[in-house]
Amino acid sequence: MTLSSELRRVPRLPGTHGGQLADNLMHFARVLREVGVPVGPGAVLRAADAIGAVGLRSRSDLYWTLSACFVSRREHRPLFDQTFHVFWRNPQLLERMMSMMLPQLRVPKSDEADKLNQRLTDALNADAADSRDVPEQEIVEHQSTLTWSDQETLQDMDFETMSQQETRDARRVIEQMDLGMPPQRTRRYRSGKGREIDLRASVRAAARRPDCGIPLVTRQRRTREPAIVALCDISGSMAQYSRMMLHFLHALTRDQQRVHSFVFGTRLTNITRALAQRDVDEALDTVSQQVCDWSGGTRIADSLLRFNRDWSRRVMSQGAVVLLITDGLERDDSALLAVEAARLSRSCQRLIWLNPLLRYDKYQALAQGARALLPHVSDFRSVHNLTALDELAALLASPRGNSMPPRRRAELTVVK
Amino acid sequence: MSFSLPTTVDGTLALLSAHEYVADRALATALFLSLKLGRPLFLEGDAGVGKTEIAKVVAAATGSPLVRLQCYEGLDVSAAAYEWNYPAQMMEIRLAEAGQSDSDTLRERLYSERFLTRRPLLQALQPDGADRAVLLIDELDRADEPFEAFLLEVLSDFQMSIPELGTVRSQQPPIVVVTSNRTREIHDAIKRRCFYHWVDYPSAEREREILRRKVPQLQDDLSREIVAFVQSLRGLDLFKSPGVAETLDWAHALTQLDVVSLDPEVVDQSVGALLKYQDDIARLRGTEAASLLEQIRMEMSRDQ
Repeated sequence: MTLSSELRRVPRLPGTHGGQLADNLMHFARVLREVGVPVGPGAVLRAADAIGAVGLRSRSDLYWTLSACFVSRREHRPLFDQTFHVFWRNPQLLERMMSMMLPQLRVPKSDEADKLNQRLTDALNADAADSRDVPEQEIVEHQSTLTWSDQETLQDMDFETMSQQETRDARRVIEQMDLGMPPQRTRRYRSGKGREIDLRASVRAAARRPDCGIPLVTRQRRTREPAIVALCDISGSMAQYSRMMLHFLHALTRDQQRVHSFVFGTRLTNITRALAQRDVDEALDTVSQQVCDWSGGTRIADSLLRFNRDWSRRVMSQGAVVLLITDGLERDDSALLAVEAARLSRSCQRLIWLNPLLRYDKYQALAQGARALLPHVSDFRSVHNLTALDELAALLASPRGNSMPPRRRAELTVVK
Repeated sequence: MSFSLPTTVDGTLALLSAHEYVADRALATALFLSLKLGRPLFLEGDAGVGKTEIAKVVAAATGSPLVRLQCYEGLDVSAAAYEWNYPAQMMEIRLAEAGQSDSDTLRERLYSERFLTRRPLLQALQPDGADRAVLLIDELDRADEPFEAFLLEVLSDFQMSIPELGTVRSQQPPIVVVTSNRTREIHDAIKRRCFYHWVDYPSAEREREILRRKVPQLQDDLSREIVAFVQSLRGLDLFKSPGVAETLDWAHALTQLDVVSLDPEVVDQSVGALLKYQDDIARLRGTEAASLLEQIRMEMSRDQ
């Protein structure tokens, strides 16, 4: 629906603000939608009615009225809040936004705009690009990124060389990935086709129909998805990949019940709770506030040691699968790294090392860190593009994967 | 047997002390609150710091029966709360078949108290011949999440719903102690219903007092050396630091070996009582033990 046709459906609002408020409301709803708060046309009509009923005595009234109409989940509150303040409270930005109806203008990169949520800024820009007077060429260019052939190109494109738009599309693909894992048998039972007899269910069945003897009901083990523990390197050399991996981990956290995520550079940080937020930008925002060693150096051995000492026994109690995401460029003690990697490997069901450097055909595990790690991993994979991530998802979904015993793997791959 | 609960934190400390448990004030406060306000006490901490012991001491001090539920993966209602006596029930069904009784009365008979086998949680709610019981839910972190959800009703209302029988309520709520070694995080919903206390390693002074009470035959000098050695080990960032239980084991072992003073050889021989991971043992067996002992000697001679 175009802006003009949508505008026509909004009733004229009472009071002196009249048409301008209706326009603003419409525009506000569109910005919210772009930001990620799902606001349907029904909600916009309801908001117009609500404003009519409440009146416009204060901005606070307006805030809570619109909030009641547009926000339906707790995690959307911060987005709504930020959008509202930009849109309705700051006259300069509001002016700017109105001027964005003109095609040649963009939101300037002022200090204030930098602080805005990236999606909000993008949404404001997108809206300007979407307006009626935009040159045709620009619209065509925007649409072209959504065609299938581009999606194909995206699959094999290295995360490191992606433009902002391509990164955004890649994130969308990640969100749509099927990340199901094969369930593990637990020690719990439920009635069903199994070998063991469920005495409780048998007696119940017999009590229901005492004249038919005692029918034997069987039981089977319940199943559960295994826990996943991700340890993601966020040092400088991994910058482009680690951001994409965080998106992947967020998607994984959404699909699986038990995902524990950690990031490490020079120190180890548990980001599990941050990633549990449903909105991906909110989640990554919390992560960036929590982590203070982004794009710094790497101390893999020390981080693994900290994980083994402080967290391993708390998060890997029931057969976890570990994803170790790092390029293995260790500057510290590689002997210590070997010891800690061995311990990590012993305490999990499967240790999968994801190394973006594997994208180079001629990659050899020559670095000391890599040579120390390799003998202890059960799978060694790349994570530099969407195809690699797809393969990883498939590996996780396969019953036993293509895992080889760690030692054999090492014999095959370690380059002397 | 009737008993009166302590009315102050000092009273709680004295009660614990009378039963050979040397507690610090923080733990005594948490326990006092738990006893006074009738809420469970949630004790978290590394293995071997005396969490389980607290429940035993409270049971002994109040003269109540101790009902212990040891948690493990897969623990379910039938093992934790109650179970029907299936063989007896089946026999009853066969008898009913022979007697041609109607199904309604049979069902009523089958699910009566006569066929109910009571497991720890139900025993704690309705203790035999006692006013109240002390319920120890040990190592809750070993049980899986679904079991935690089942505990919520028991811990907040001290009651249990048995679908076939109705709700069982406790006349006198049990004193509940829940422990966790933190091999996984326990859900906030459980913690919210409890008074929480993190049981830390004891101070040197308290640990000496524990040794004095639990291993009275230990000589004073050796006891000081043992405690100083264990305390400095805890500062080493080992994979598993020795807890109080390990200190006591080591002290017992040393008395069996007729040791009067620590030296590197003795430490080498008996370190298995103290450390449980090969990496830690290997680290200590090098020069580390000797230098630690030397350091302890210097500090002790400075103090004297």
